[in-house]
Amino acid sequence: MELWFTERHTPNVKFSIKVDHQLYSGNSEFQRIDVFDSKEFGRFLTLDGYMMLTEKDEFIYHEMITHTPMAVHPDPKNILVIGAGDGGVIRELTRYPSVENIDLVEIDELVVEVSKKFLPTTACRFGDPRVHVYYEDGVKFIRRCEDKYDVIIVDSTDPFGPGEGLFTKEFYGSCSKALHEDGIMVNQHESPFYDEDAAAMQRSHKRIVESFPISKVYQAHIPTYPSGHWLFGFASKKYHPTNDYNGTKWSMLGIKTRYYNSRLHVGAFALPNYVEELLRDVE
Amino acid sequence: MALSQVDAPIYEALRKFRRMRVVPFDVPGHKRGRGNMELTEFLGEDCMNVDVNSMKPLDNLCHPVSVIKDAEELAAMAFGAANAFFMVGGTTSAVQAMIMYACKSGDKIIMPRNVHRSAINALILCDATPVYVNPDVNHQLGISLGMSVSQVEQAIRENPDAKAIMVNNPTYYGICSDLKRITELAHAHGMLVLVDEAHGTHFYFGENFPISAMAAGADIASASMHKSGGSLTQSSFLLMGERINADYMRQVVNLTQTTSASYLLLSSLDISRKRLALSGSVIFEKTVEMAEYAREEINAVGGFYAFSKELVNGDSVYDFDVSKLSVHTLPVGLAGIEVYDLLRDEYDIQIEFGDIGNILAYVSVGDRKRDIERLISALSEIKRRFGRSGAGMLTQEYIDPIVAETPRRAFYAEKKALPLKESAGHVCSEFVMCYPPGIPILAPGELITEEIVEYIEYAKAKGCQMTGTEDINMERINVLA
Repeated sequence: MELWFTERHTPNVKFSIKVDHQLYSGNSEFQRIDVFDSKEFGRFLTLDGYMMLTEKDEFIYHEMITHTPMAVHPDPKNILVIGAGDGGVIRELTRYPSVENIDLVEIDELVVEVSKKFLPTTACRFGDPRVHVYYEDGVKFIRRCEDKYDVIIVDSTDPFGPGEGLFTKEFYGSCSKALHEDGIMVNQHESPFYDEDAAAMQRSHKRIVESFPISKVYQAHIPTYPSGHWLFGFASKKYHPTNDYNGTKWSMLGIKTRYYNSRLHVGAFALPNYVEELLRDVE
Repeated sequence: MALSQVDAPIYEALRKFRRMRVVPFDVPGHKRGRGNMELTEFLGEDCMNVDVNSMKPLDNLCHPVSVIKDAEELAAMAFGAANAFFMVGGTTSAVQAMIMYACKSGDKIIMPRNVHRSAINALILCDATPVYVNPDVNHQLGISLGMSVSQVEQAIRENPDAKAIMVNNPTYYGICSDLKRITELAHAHGMLVLVDEAHGTHFYFGENFPISAMAAGADIASASMHKSGGSLTQSSFLLMGERINADYMRQVVNLTQTTSASYLLLSSLDISRKRLALSGSVIFEKTVEMAEYAREEINAVGGFYAFSKELVNGDSVYDFDVSKLSVHTLPVGLAGIEVYDLLRDEYDIQIEFGDIGNILAYVSVGDRKRDIERLISALSEIKRRFGRSGAGMLTQEYIDPIVAETPRRAFYAEKKALPLKESAGHVCSEFVMCYPPGIPILAPGELITEEIVEYIEYAKAKGCQMTGTEDINMERINVLA
């Protein structure tokens, strides 16, 4: 018997992982949630059939989306995380002793429950007293915040489905309002490779550029996401992601990472020409 | 076997017909889409397959004897009407049919001036004379309200020979008149009551909505099934009470209605009627819940005013349709039309319309909570990014029209085109309106005043889409020579 999980990356490209067994399947008010176990990638979580994370490569995504802004901001104390019900970003954030408060806004309570039960690798720090979880639409939560956070991390699903609102101009504008005058917003920025993903990436970049004075993009290699080439957005009101970056200071914190390091931080902002061009087209 | 609301005779006949695989040597010439593959790929084979002509098994809208007749009877039952007709020329055609039924050349009809252009167009066609009842106005919001009973009484007293009274119920903004009292008054004076219920289809199926035309005892109503009812654009219902001779009405409708009614439209009416009859109360409960939530959140943003039942005053706002999400924008320092444009250009959100002082976002069961959140956030962002002092904004005042000629005589008279600026003092021979909502600022036969010219120029400058004039750019306006 062979059981395979398959995700369609484009109408003509499929990506499959051989499944050992399925641990969970359920429907929430918002989406279908599945957890599988596999030989190659360990446990993995999918939402509406789209890959969210695998135990084998989640560290890349979570380190890159978390440490990059945390290392640029000189003193991040109050952090807002939107999405991220799997707990991966929380896990990385709680490694900073200087962080005082982490608000996590996840629309789907069931994602958190399922993650706590089946994904202990990521959902391991929900018990940290600094973490406060709100089950609410991020678009709604942020509307009411003003001059409140140092860093906002938008760990969204794709720009269709329940995460759609997290790719809109009204959302980015609200984020800008919710940040202190030296605040930083980082977001999951889709992939530049396949046409449809690239178009979504451009749309979201354009909207961020219109909402923040500094808007840069950085990349990482994430094997289980379409094309493996993944981008993150770095938007800020004051700090430049590389010019205002003190790698030594971050290294001194002694946070042990498997992907992120201070040389990679700078290098991740160096983009391939075709990506630069896609971004320039909408800037 | 007696039919019930679970049936959809036209829809069922079409499905049966499709299974018969009849070879078409009749129109339409695309022959189930095979003759126009690009269109078929675009619209889908299922859609092209049922784009068929009237024929025995599918009945004929001009003279229904089988499935269309059955479907119309079911619709009448669902709406609590004596008779109902399927309309394929939009609610415009239903409005025109009811006026042309009630009035012939020279007859008077009492109506509020803030009617849809289709009503005044009907007057051009049948040569009836309008007796306008000026609607009460809410000066804070700059919107026209419903008809007050005392004004209707006065109009009846002054025009005892009028044949009918027409009521807009609800208005685009959701405002309702005291339909029951107006109907009683009209009937006591031998006048018919015609209700433009384009924005009120849901009144028939939801709980706790204002009273519907048929329930109030009105004689004829036009219900835009394609607005809140979920059918395809251009499909509509004409509803008739006991006093109306439906067979004569059919002849009136056939004066202008197509003889090739689209089965896409007809089946959409049939299926939508079934859906509303079976689950309308749940559908509209959800709609209202979303509208109420949005209203609360928008009012919490501040500046914007999403108005509701607090406007009710027992007369010109006898009731309010809470499924409508109308928002007053002037306190934010932006005209409604500016907010309308910003929502589309900056936030990819298309709303129903924006006028000088208000916007209307159309909420229906098809909406998702997350889209409502986007709309609210976008308004909050518009206020933050573009908001300014609300001082000096022109409010939208209702301008009492001065009627110099009947619409028909003005429309067909000798005319000349004048630059808008020089037109004051002349009698207009065409319509001028912002579309939507399509309520005329000027109708044929009305005197152009300085105030009106100023209003049109302000609306143009704010970006309103002006329509109605022969000159597409509305630099010149046709006046009586």
